[in-house]
Amino acid sequence: MIYSDKVMDHFQNPRNVGTMEDADGMGLVGNPVCGDVMKFYIKVKDNRIADVKFQTFGCGAAIAVSSMVSEMVIGKTIEESLQVTNESVAEELGGLPKNKMHCSNLGADALHKAIENYQDRQKEKENASKKAEHKKRHYCPYCEEPIEGMENMCQRCQIEFEDCPECHKPMNKKADVCPHCGATKPRV
Amino acid sequence: MKRIYLDYIASTPLHPEVVEAMLPFLHEKFGNPQSLHSDGQQASEAIQEAREKVAQLINAESSEIFFASSGSEANNFALKGLVLAHQKQGKHIILSSVEHQSILNAAKYLEKLGFTFSHIPVDKFGKIDPEDVQKVLTQETILVSIMLANGEVGTIEPLAEVAEICRSRDILLHTDAVDAVGNMPVDVKALGVDALSLAGNQFYGPKGSAALFIKKGKRILPFIDGGIQEGGRRAGTEDVPAIVGMGKAAEIAMQNMASHVERMKDLRDSLIKRLPELIEHTILTGHPVQRLPYHVSFCVEFVEGESMLLNLDMQGIASASGSSCTSRALKASHVLLAMGIDHALAQSSLVFSLIDSTTPEDIDFLLEIFPPIIERLRKMSPLYTQYLEEKEK
Repeated sequence: MIYSDKVMDHFQNPRNVGTMEDADGMGLVGNPVCGDVMKFYIKVKDNRIADVKFQTFGCGAAIAVSSMVSEMVIGKTIEESLQVTNESVAEELGGLPKNKMHCSNLGADALHKAIENYQDRQKEKENASKKAEHKKRHYCPYCEEPIEGMENMCQRCQIEFEDCPECHKPMNKKADVCPHCGATKPRV
Repeated sequence: MKRIYLDYIASTPLHPEVVEAMLPFLHEKFGNPQSLHSDGQQASEAIQEAREKVAQLINAESSEIFFASSGSEANNFALKGLVLAHQKQGKHIILSSVEHQSILNAAKYLEKLGFTFSHIPVDKFGKIDPEDVQKVLTQETILVSIMLANGEVGTIEPLAEVAEICRSRDILLHTDAVDAVGNMPVDVKALGVDALSLAGNQFYGPKGSAALFIKKGKRILPFIDGGIQEGGRRAGTEDVPAIVGMGKAAEIAMQNMASHVERMKDLRDSLIKRLPELIEHTILTGHPVQRLPYHVSFCVEFVEGESMLLNLDMQGIASASGSSCTSRALKASHVLLAMGIDHALAQSSLVFSLIDSTTPEDIDFLLEIFPPIIERLRKMSPLYTQYLEEKEK
């Protein structure tokens, strides 16, 4: 047999196979040209990987690697999970044939992509809430004059606003310092 | 656990009569065929007898048979030997795009020496169109090499038509018949070829036994320089047991040819018919009729070849696949890609090759265990999930 017992065990009884409807992050790597496609779904709770599901089109090594990665990271923090590398997966599996090492690369990549996707989604959520907050603006930050609707200008002091790159609240387009958070706008 | 071997295209076992014929040449009849004493002459006579039997199998003369150590060697011998012997007439060679690596890579070697190659395409069945040979012929063309039957998809090529074209232009024609000889009737005169490669381990002979047929009067450069063995064209002490074994195997193949072919075709066609009935999205690769009698090949969509192969192996069935993951080079089969099959589907290939001892019960067992394996692997496959989602839309 070209594979170790542990690889064969994970290949025969892969852990955590499936899809996830309400995943917090999803990562897809590979393509049929190289022979493998891996899709990872993660559920994150309190900065820890609460659950993993995967689907894999690929050889014995690809399936075993996916299964191993899923088992390695469940319960780990995001930071710990990002430490999982192709070498550590291959090592956990009791080694892989030389020409199958690219499969372990894919496994680590798919996981990292799912985490990245989770982090992107988190950022998006934060940005969305900041945006929602700044849309609530009703007063000019400089003269306290109420601002009509979504207009980007104070009618009284004729200041045109733009979003502060830091706190996303409205500030004078021509000013260098944000009146809300004190951030300095980079000069273009 | 009972093992059902369905990868006979990789190798066949030795026929018991072959083993029996070989044994004396491993023990007491160990003489070197080039020695003048009677021990040597005994070996020399045995080789001559084997040469005659191999010649008979393909309707050739015994003086036209040159022994080699493998099908790959015979192919290298043919391509390099014929091309180098005829280089004054031209430098262009025509191949099909589905040849075995031993032809394709020998061609790469010759390219470095300044020869040029045209690779003619195949249709969706893996079949060449003889007219394409006509199209790429030039004044410089000295050799055409097209396999008789393809090992990955089983398709038999229309060689006799190619031979006519070659004959009219006085161009040499070689065929790699390794997967065909011993398993279907092969007649070098009817085919009209100038050279043909064959290997003994494809028809109950030992590994390390092979031969190249070179038509009388055709020039070829020696492949191994040295003594006078094989007419000086392939020097080195002969592998007497292997040659004797292949001779016996050729004799048995000749005797059983008609019943062998009929039996293989029955089993083959039953598997070809029943497998797609049991598993959806299964595509036969190669020609449905013009194919090797013992050869069945499929692409099972959405599932990768090696994972199928390993699952079958765990349940006792040996098969083969042309996916990237099973080839150590990690490239999808050049044969399937040449047939216009896309990469994803080419990763899903599986080949079953049968032999006389394969029973209908073996086929039943395969058909019993295979569908659940595919169901399980498809559940795991993101490509299948994607297909189902798109279908719903």
